[in-house]
Amino acid sequence: MDLLGYGAFFLTTALIFSLVTLGLNLQWGLIGLFNVGLAGFVAIGAYTSALLTTPDDAARLGGFGLPILVGWLGAMVVGGIAAALTGMATLRLRSDYLAITTFGVAVVVQLVALNAQKLTGGPFGIGFIPRPFGSLAEAPLLFNLSNLAVVSAVTLIAYLALEHLSRSPWGRVLKALREDERAAISLGKSARFYRVQAFAVGGAIMALAGALQAHFTGFIAPDNYLPILTFQVWVMLIVGGSGSNLGAVIGSILVWGIWAGSGTLTSVLFAPEQQARAASLQIVAIGVMLCVILLIRPNGLFGDRPRRPRLGKQAKVTTAKSSSGS
Amino acid sequence: MSLQFVVDGLLTGSMIGLGAIGVTLTYSILRFSNFAHGDFMAWGTYATLAVVSAIGATFGKVAPIAPLSFGWPLLVALVIGMAFTAILALLLDKVLFSRLRSQGQAIIVVMASFGASMALRSLLEFTFTSRPTYFSRAIQIAMPVGFGIRITPDQIALLLLTAVLVLGVHLLMTRTQTGRSMQALSQNAALARIVGIDVASVVRVTWVIGGALACVAGVMIGILVQIRPFMGFDMLLPMFAAAILGGIGSIPGAVLGGLIIGLAEAGAVQLIGAEWRAAVSFIILMAVLFVRPIGLFGVRER
Repeated sequence: MDLLGYGAFFLTTALIFSLVTLGLNLQWGLIGLFNVGLAGFVAIGAYTSALLTTPDDAARLGGFGLPILVGWLGAMVVGGIAAALTGMATLRLRSDYLAITTFGVAVVVQLVALNAQKLTGGPFGIGFIPRPFGSLAEAPLLFNLSNLAVVSAVTLIAYLALEHLSRSPWGRVLKALREDERAAISLGKSARFYRVQAFAVGGAIMALAGALQAHFTGFIAPDNYLPILTFQVWVMLIVGGSGSNLGAVIGSILVWGIWAGSGTLTSVLFAPEQQARAASLQIVAIGVMLCVILLIRPNGLFGDRPRRPRLGKQAKVTTAKSSSGS
Repeated sequence: MSLQFVVDGLLTGSMIGLGAIGVTLTYSILRFSNFAHGDFMAWGTYATLAVVSAIGATFGKVAPIAPLSFGWPLLVALVIGMAFTAILALLLDKVLFSRLRSQGQAIIVVMASFGASMALRSLLEFTFTSRPTYFSRAIQIAMPVGFGIRITPDQIALLLLTAVLVLGVHLLMTRTQTGRSMQALSQNAALARIVGIDVASVVRVTWVIGGALACVAGVMIGILVQIRPFMGFDMLLPMFAAAILGGIGSIPGAVLGGLIIGLAEAGAVQLIGAEWRAAVSFIILMAVLFVRPIGLFGVRER
């Protein structure tokens, strides 16, 4: 029974991660936009939904007591707008500028979460976030399973929608822009406009994931949204293979499994006072893993990224062969 | 408002500027924004600290040079630390960045630098724990120099050191063959190769300069503030903002950008409070990207 409950809890967390990874896959896998501040967008979603749905609180702004679904929608809207603004500022420039700006967004969101007490509750965060099945909390197993059902349903919807999108004309334009920007532009597609759209949709999905997480745990604090979150999600996408939605989901579950497993292992192997150091070793291992995968298997498990330079080389080789043959 | 913020700003600006030189060089010559640069700073500082304590262990307690808080051990250690950081940068390039660069996807290199940054920082945290340490716990008396400004001997020495280093790098870039090769490579890589510039050696020089200056900037933070594994990571946004504000590839620009951001941060600390300090560089960054994305001294990319 306990194992089943833990399994449900584990899968719920992993699926929330998959949702973030799906958003990142839209931004990076489909169109090649590098977002190093995704923790910021997840935090925006979590805080928006928390503000909209918590009961009235005298110590800070709001607590509007709205239904949870309104909170989720609000999170997507605010996250999408934040991503669109970031995109509009940087997407006409070199791709690195987007990376640096998103990094800055995450830093600023972290600052606001920590310091704007009136809005975010400061370092103590926001508690009493309504949970979808709060009434079931006495029966942990039932509670965990019903949460898992909700999160699976949302992830499945996002997955199917993204699959549909990537096959739609819109998705084909995005892929065309990634593969050959000049050709796509010459066909009359505005690169910047499409990129801002994709970045905004990705941001909205990340914000939704943040909101789901907030309502699943019932409590949020700035510490949940440190750069390590960004890093974890990137590893999940790279392991799964950027460009593939299925890879994003499976990569998330796999990496979260490794992460949670090694966390349990360190807590068993190391004395309590050494745990913090052991945890940093865990991050080293994952960081090295990211670099190794980038070096030896850049397509991950399910990646579909065709690499133009390689194709170009092959084309040259074949022409060279055919010319030598003739 | 007291004018003290000018001194504070110039000092913070020197740290940012020295770091931004490395960022701007990597960006213009190797064409990627190196997220591990902040961690070069931290590694250099910890290496310097380790050498200082090693010297302290062999030679016993060394008296500091008259008005300063540190003696010759720190100066020797700084040089060793600079060499160490340069080697670390070269090593990381050899193991990771150069291989990914040869695959021809610039943004993958950025991502790898992000992963390397995480690993490097956590390795420091593992070895030295996240508790802050110091080069010296001695308290220096700040001398009043007029206009309500006070400055310590350490601060004067470090400002002078920054000026000397910046001048040195500037002369290297403009007056020597190596520097001219670096500029050529940053302006037109293909043409630079055709005229026979040794790309590999230019890349090496870039990492050596960037790494060594990162170490100096880190040690400055260590002397004036404190030493933590996150010290470099927290400088990343100001450094990027300074490099972009000054114009990618421009060394005077990076330093000027650093000074502007340092002064703006110090001013903001006085006006709205220290907790919002980190937002200053983001606001400046966004303003530059909207108004003049090539920065103060930048050239339009071809």
